[in-house]
Amino acid sequence: MRYLAAAKLVWFLALLLPGVAIVSLSVGTVSIPWSQIIQTLLASIGGIEATQTSSIVLDIRLPRILLALLVGAVLAVLGAVMQGLFRNPLADPSLIGVSGGASVGASLVIVLVGGAVASPLAGLSLISFGAFIGGVISTLVVYRVATSGIGTSVTTMLLAGIAIGAIAGAFNSLLSYFSDNQMLRQISVWQMGNLGGANWLKVSIMLAVAAVLAAVLPGQAKSLNALLLGESEARHLGVDVQKIKQKLIFLTALGVGVSVALAGLIGFVGLIIPHMVRLLIGPDHRWLLPATALAGASLLMIADSIARIVVLPAELPTGILTALLGAPFFIALLIRQRGEF
Amino acid sequence: MSIVADNISLHLAGFDLLRNINLSVEAGQVTVLVGPNGAGKSSLLKVLTGELNPTQGAVWLNHRELSDWDIQDKANVLAVLPQHSELNFPFTANEVVALGCIPHATGYAVDQKIIADALQMVDASYLERRLYTQMSGGEKQRVQLARVLAQIWSPNALGEQFLVLDEPTAAFDLAHQQMTLEIVKQFSKRGVGVLMVVHDLNLAARCADNLVVMNGGVIEAFGNPDKILTEQLVEKVFDVKATISRHPTANKPLVIT
Repeated sequence: MRYLAAAKLVWFLALLLPGVAIVSLSVGTVSIPWSQIIQTLLASIGGIEATQTSSIVLDIRLPRILLALLVGAVLAVLGAVMQGLFRNPLADPSLIGVSGGASVGASLVIVLVGGAVASPLAGLSLISFGAFIGGVISTLVVYRVATSGIGTSVTTMLLAGIAIGAIAGAFNSLLSYFSDNQMLRQISVWQMGNLGGANWLKVSIMLAVAAVLAAVLPGQAKSLNALLLGESEARHLGVDVQKIKQKLIFLTALGVGVSVALAGLIGFVGLIIPHMVRLLIGPDHRWLLPATALAGASLLMIADSIARIVVLPAELPTGILTALLGAPFFIALLIRQRGEF
Repeated sequence: MSIVADNISLHLAGFDLLRNINLSVEAGQVTVLVGPNGAGKSSLLKVLTGELNPTQGAVWLNHRELSDWDIQDKANVLAVLPQHSELNFPFTANEVVALGCIPHATGYAVDQKIIADALQMVDASYLERRLYTQMSGGEKQRVQLARVLAQIWSPNALGEQFLVLDEPTAAFDLAHQQMTLEIVKQFSKRGVGVLMVVHDLNLAARCADNLVVMNGGVIEAFGNPDKILTEQLVEKVFDVKATISRHPTANKPLVIT
């Protein structure tokens, strides 16, 4: 038996999202009442002169919160996709090697280039480029290792992902070992995941990626359901398994690669959110995908808000908060469901 | 219309799994595969359903080579129940059977009716809202059977339909074994060609229009069970001394060991 009807959860999360966004906009070093937030947002559509409040809301907080929303949604939904593709509720998007590769890419840029070379795109650091390229390369390696004439083996991918992750970890340690104190701090802070550097350029890039996912993923929900039966069963139900694997692995590399490049390593969201939603409404991807996207978006916004206010006037890296917030809730769910699995 | 194996051989990892198999599975008939462990029954099913490509020879489905079929069209005429299920996500029975409706997707109302009817046919209506992960082995297998039945529940314009079952009765109690035979007969009367692997020779003799006896990757005997099921054959293939008698009421061969 299930705890919740799927449609109800999706509606609830959809209604929750704008509320969470407005609360997130109001909290921070300067606390701004909700009424003023809504006023500022409405006025900005007409174009108003900048006041201190409007520039805090529109220039600093809004891009950061939108980035949190988009990154949270993308990581969570791709977690659900990977768990479906691997038929393993413990899979997460980093399994295909993308996070490990990205962190090596980022560390390489930090250690070798430092601040010596200017980024080709204002508003986007060179570290982001390094992380994205690293993530894409390692995914390609994992995919090539697991693909033979008869198709891609997800089991081999899983194992290759672990191996690549280990190699990436070793490279990271190596780079850390040879870096000075400042580099070392930069590397470790990057790895904690941080939405602090948000700007409108990052939001636009993330929005484009999210739009691609929103356009393609709903059409794959039924095939993902069939895949849970097993690959040959899915083929007998008319699913072109190899094609769908390629498509989903490509989208995951793109989505997670860009997320990691823009926000660093934000763990937990991609693993636990889909798992949590599945415990509540079951594994049907037609509901699971929208529900995980919405839940991931809200969770990351909440985590980021807390990260911004918990040690005022300083901030914590967001990645620390996602784990601290979600894990206990997840453990509570597991305890409630004990004996049912 | 039929599934035809045209002189197929299968070599895999240095082993000859199948050698020069010629077989025709006719629509409207029940064809039952028997043979000892490792005889090549499952390999043959895999080749006949397109899961493995034969090293040599070809498989024809309704007069068209199997590899030429569009994967979605094929799903509308050929439903396959594997021996084991990997499903370990908590779908309800209803949702599992609904997956069988993916190929034809006739619309919500029609699909729901098919799902309910298919579950009732396998005596699993009471499982409707239960989670698959919490069912017993026999219950899981019945739900999976309902899923493949739902896949070819209604005739399709693409041609005669086929139902391939790999040891469907393995996890079933006596009553549900009988139930499976009834279902298989009912579908074959409607024109569906049934091909299934069964281990119980008496069960096989009861429902087979054609019996295929496999041994060591070749077909040892093929035909009406009344004609081919002999004591010599059972001893040769299964290495078991048996007496073949007649079933007192069903008028079918009865193998006593």
